[in-house]
Amino acid sequence: MDLFEYQAKELFAAHGVPVLPGVVVTTPEQARDAAAELGGAVVVKAQVKAGGRGKAGGVKLAQNADEAYQKAQAILGMDIKGHTVHRVLVTQASDIESEYYFSFLLDRTNRTFLAMASAEGGVEIEQVAVENPDALAKVPVNPIDGVDLELAKDILTQGKFPLEVIEPAAHAVVKLWAAFLAEDATLMEINPLVKTPAGDIVALDGKVTLDANAAFRHPDHERFADSDAVDPLERAAKEKNLNYVKLDGEVGIIGNGAGLVMSTLDVVAYAGESFGGVKPANFLDIGGGANATVMANGLEVILSDASVRSVFVNVFGGITACDQVAHGILQALQLMEQRGETVTKPLVVRLDGNNVEVGRKILDAARHPLVEQVATMDGAAQRAAELAATGGRA
Amino acid sequence: MSIFLNEKSRVIVSGMTGSEGSKHTRRMLGAGTQIVGGVTPGKGGQSVDFSDVGASAIPVFDSVAQAMAETGADVTVVFVPPKFAKAAVLEAIDAGIGLCVVITEGIPVHDTIAFWTHAQQGLRAGQTRIIGPNCPGLITPGASNAGIIPPDIASSGPIGLVSKSGTLTYQMMYELGDLGFSSCVGIGGDPVIGTTHIDCLAAFEADPDTAAMVMIGEIGGDAEERAAAYIAEHVAKPVVAYVAGFTAPEGKTMGHAGAIISGSAGTAQAKKEALEAVGVKVGKTPSETARLMREIVESL
Repeated sequence: MDLFEYQAKELFAAHGVPVLPGVVVTTPEQARDAAAELGGAVVVKAQVKAGGRGKAGGVKLAQNADEAYQKAQAILGMDIKGHTVHRVLVTQASDIESEYYFSFLLDRTNRTFLAMASAEGGVEIEQVAVENPDALAKVPVNPIDGVDLELAKDILTQGKFPLEVIEPAAHAVVKLWAAFLAEDATLMEINPLVKTPAGDIVALDGKVTLDANAAFRHPDHERFADSDAVDPLERAAKEKNLNYVKLDGEVGIIGNGAGLVMSTLDVVAYAGESFGGVKPANFLDIGGGANATVMANGLEVILSDASVRSVFVNVFGGITACDQVAHGILQALQLMEQRGETVTKPLVVRLDGNNVEVGRKILDAARHPLVEQVATMDGAAQRAAELAATGGRA
Repeated sequence: MSIFLNEKSRVIVSGMTGSEGSKHTRRMLGAGTQIVGGVTPGKGGQSVDFSDVGASAIPVFDSVAQAMAETGADVTVVFVPPKFAKAAVLEAIDAGIGLCVVITEGIPVHDTIAFWTHAQQGLRAGQTRIIGPNCPGLITPGASNAGIIPPDIASSGPIGLVSKSGTLTYQMMYELGDLGFSSCVGIGGDPVIGTTHIDCLAAFEADPDTAAMVMIGEIGGDAEERAAAYIAEHVAKPVVAYVAGFTAPEGKTMGHAGAIISGSAGTAQAKKEALEAVGVKVGKTPSETARLMREIVESL
């Protein structure tokens, strides 16, 4: 889960990483009040989960409360890289003497954590990594030993931080490590980390990604759930505990197992190339069991997607045998009728695996007018794409 | 022959008294696996009845160390919920068990990194191979099954299979079931896993009964790219690959916690290109991949 800047800073502050006081608001009036309360010059910052906010005009300096009102009015509702600005952070303006970069992140490849530090802060770090790789220190962090003051100083030295910055910044780094561990983060980035003319070290911007698998031990992380960025269909699916991702095609997909479903999307997209570029409408993994209730819930979400024109149910009966899966599909259709939902879109079903002959016979015997069986995954994808392209009339 | 698991493997099940654990213990027994014990802290001294699958009652122990001492176990399969998985795996590592298969889905990545690091750096460094987490386990058809892979899809044969995905493993085993497999290893879909594609490719290369390998990957990370580099240097046996997720959008987690494209990193296209660059045939669909493997095995 990626956080907004203001949420990232909230976590930083909770763990003692220095940030400037700020208030997140949703209207220009609130921005004016916030600026008046903070006093002096403020910065009004668009809260979107995208880089390059400054360049897009989403970050503005305001000298006083009235200016904060105007800037907030201009920024709220803006579109930055496809993200609409619903909130702005009004934060105390800071004089900057120098800017640095620092982050902790998960290193999948080496199965450990990594610290990255650079004296070239305030710019996109990916750019630094490409154009001037020597300026970016990447230091593995032993997950058992962690980061103490000494290691923090060593990392900053490797990142070529000036001597007088290393001492105060190292304290912030140790606190950031504590936050990274305590919050189950996979990324905590400060860019820029600044030194003010008064010599203070401040995290001026922050990026945080939290591990969704760790949610069970962080009930407080639920407050970071971003409801307005979530697609309504994805929200409906989440309420039903479905593993669903909305895509922009026409063939609804249901399958069991993440790998098989990803593969199904690809196979449908290839097949769709012969049918005017028909594409998969979603990712939906109903899991190994593929039971009737989950199948019905999944169908319900997919059929409520207005762009869906055909549905491809692709199930491999592994642990659950195909006869049970076939019953599951029929029960799901029944269950939907009982719920008063009319199914009008054609379903192409491909069953394979344990007890496949029995499963196919069950579906054949049911003679459901909308259910059509195709024996192979490639063939079924072809048929589902064809049905989507012809509006279900073929 | 096989890799990591054979008919002599003595398997214990961590979480055997739970619903998932007992269900799959029953299946593993049915597949001929030698299950010699279960581990559930606080339930030591009890036993679980498996007479319905023709097996005798299996004793439960309080700890892995105890189970190993009493039964000579060398493999543990972990079914405990995410909350307790780290402690269960750390305990298995400290007991020095040879193979720890972590089926559990949803383990925080900080926990996985902690037990992985402990397995490399702790007092018993290097003794425990970890497979998973978030994996279906591994099977050596006809000999032993440690995990949840359906045992009757495929027979024993010359193909070695390594995969990030459970159902794609089953699909591939099904399509090539008549040719058969030496071992099939589901390494799991989490961002951090114990045993990698490379570990399995190396073991299959060294296994005299494996003639060719199928490797299944998916979006996220760079494991497939690194496997490609490894194949170029160290693998002489034929390898066929499949990569899932060409149509996956950037920044979305596709079911598996590790299946996410970050920026331009971890795309299926990059993985396919890396594999093809070292001469690995990459199938466009699972069925085409199976056909490519069939051609190779039938020409051997």
